[in-house]
Amino acid sequence: MTEATIRPPRRRRSRSEINPLDYLKRPWMQLTLFLSFLFLYFPIVTLVAFSFNDSKRNITWKGFTWKYYEKALNNDSLHDAFVNSMIVAGTSTVVSTALGAMLGLALHRYRFPWKGTYEGVAHLPIVIPEICMGVAMLVFFNAIGMKLSLTTITVSHIAFTIPFVAVVIRARMTGFDVSLEEASRDLGASEWQTFWHVTFPYMIPGLVAGALMAFVLSLDDFVITFFTAGVGSTTFPIKIYSMLRFSVTPEVNAASTVLIVITLSLTLVAMIVQSRWAKGRQQ
Amino acid sequence: MTDQPPIISIRNVTKRFGTVTAVDDVSIDIKRGEFFALLGPSGCGKTTLLRMLAGFETASEGSIEIDGQPMLSVPPNRRPVNMVFQSYAVFPHMTVFDNVAYGLKVTGVPKAQVAGQVREALALVHLEDYGRRKPDQLSGGQRQRVALARALVKKPKVLLLDEPLSALDAKLREAMRLELVHLQHSVGITFVIVTHDQDEALSMADRAAVMDHGVVRQIAAPGTLYEHPNSRFVADFIGKMNLLEAKVAGVSGGRLAVEIDGLGRIDVPHEGDASGEIGIAVRPEKTRLSKEPPAGDLIGLKGKVSDVAYYGNESHVLLDTDTGVRFTTTVQNEVRRTDSSVLIGDNLWISWSPEDTLVLSE
Repeated sequence: MTEATIRPPRRRRSRSEINPLDYLKRPWMQLTLFLSFLFLYFPIVTLVAFSFNDSKRNITWKGFTWKYYEKALNNDSLHDAFVNSMIVAGTSTVVSTALGAMLGLALHRYRFPWKGTYEGVAHLPIVIPEICMGVAMLVFFNAIGMKLSLTTITVSHIAFTIPFVAVVIRARMTGFDVSLEEASRDLGASEWQTFWHVTFPYMIPGLVAGALMAFVLSLDDFVITFFTAGVGSTTFPIKIYSMLRFSVTPEVNAASTVLIVITLSLTLVAMIVQSRWAKGRQQ
Repeated sequence: MTDQPPIISIRNVTKRFGTVTAVDDVSIDIKRGEFFALLGPSGCGKTTLLRMLAGFETASEGSIEIDGQPMLSVPPNRRPVNMVFQSYAVFPHMTVFDNVAYGLKVTGVPKAQVAGQVREALALVHLEDYGRRKPDQLSGGQRQRVALARALVKKPKVLLLDEPLSALDAKLREAMRLELVHLQHSVGITFVIVTHDQDEALSMADRAAVMDHGVVRQIAAPGTLYEHPNSRFVADFIGKMNLLEAKVAGVSGGRLAVEIDGLGRIDVPHEGDASGEIGIAVRPEKTRLSKEPPAGDLIGLKGKVSDVAYYGNESHVLLDTDTGVRFTTTVQNEVRRTDSSVLIGDNLWISWSPEDTLVLSE
């Protein structure tokens, strides 16, 4: 047999062989990308831009000013609302991270009767429309005779953020090698020591991600909070909404911008923590 | 030494998972300072048995004693054994030093002593300079050494090893075999190793238990397992085996007359009794090929070469014999040549001595 007869057939260059990133060079792709970003971010950019507008109305640009940030900062009721939001978000994050982590860990580790049903019910708050959740909470607090306050807001926030934390923890635990726990036990550690020295360190990135998620969810929640907030327990989003009912002043823009900045920085922190951790694993 | 009580005594242990019986009425005594192997195909229950020794599974029936102490209700952290896991299970967030120190710290060994003991253990596995590294900066072989040091630093009465070499490449595996044997000699601890690799068990262990479907088939030294297997399963699982089905025709004075289809009546040495259907077997390396029928009392079969597999140092020749059974024989490639001395299609005789014939009644 001669060498020439068994030359492999020449491969045709087909559409599927294009490098995914090469698509970005095509005009229609660039246009789609531009339009998507425009739709997504133009409203937000406008909101932020007009928070610096030196005009009472949000329609025409009259010049740059920090005035409305000052005004928002000195607005006592807005200030109170912000503090309330921090209290609610802080407390509910701590509690729901602890409970959600336990739920995630239990669902990951154990098999028990009716586990499927239990799992479905536990994760229901993720899919239930918020409005239903809000009404249900309101009816519940009424039924047990609990006065609406910051406590009722916090309790409902804990209830709806737990499953989000549990999902994150569970995803984290799927990569966990159970023999690490067995090795720890084998080396003389009690179950408690094993949890703190071996399991918990592994959970940390999941806990950070879950906690930040819970915090952000709680911080900007409007619907459930609206139903469970009592007199004098106004949170930041609700305060902004009530300000809107009178007029859309740049002060509202300024307050919203602050909320956006907080949310964005927390997300950024979460992403940095995750990537640092991923890098640490690769080395 | 010999009259010392066994370090591990497994008595009629059965383990069921639901309706599946993973370990079925197993009894094994493991001697002090022994290198013992649990050998068998995957799913034979050897790992379950090892996990019962470590305390991760509880026996459904029977008892396990380690150094005279019943282990039934003793949790893993209070057993005088340590384990090297198949995945090594080195703690990824700790340095090598912290990994080895872990078992000492959690049991409250004074800090002053920890550093010295850890250094000693790392020296034992030649990782003195790796203390500050993280596990992800180590190779698979090094990670395994960390797992070994971490277990040995606890000075266990028995070291359990679950398929310790399966994740290593072939060259490293061979080197580690020798090293494990040396290590065992130098520390003098009883090693119990689980493996599905018969070469591993034969080359390392003082004794091995061959398991199949949760049952122990034979417990013996490697030489005995290879040369005197007690059943078709053991004969077939360890090494290669040519097997003929036969009928016992008569027993007299240490010899057994058997009838084999296509071969006729042959006479083989055999101690003890036998009757009915038995297996007659011979190892490939104990057979010879020849063009002429064998002379004397050699047992011979005529056949046609159906395949020759070249392995460098030797070749395996497959011969379709007239009895309808395919025989394997090994031919040592003692002379340097690249063409084969045996060709496919050759009509040859295969022969062996009656003394090399195995009688398998089970």
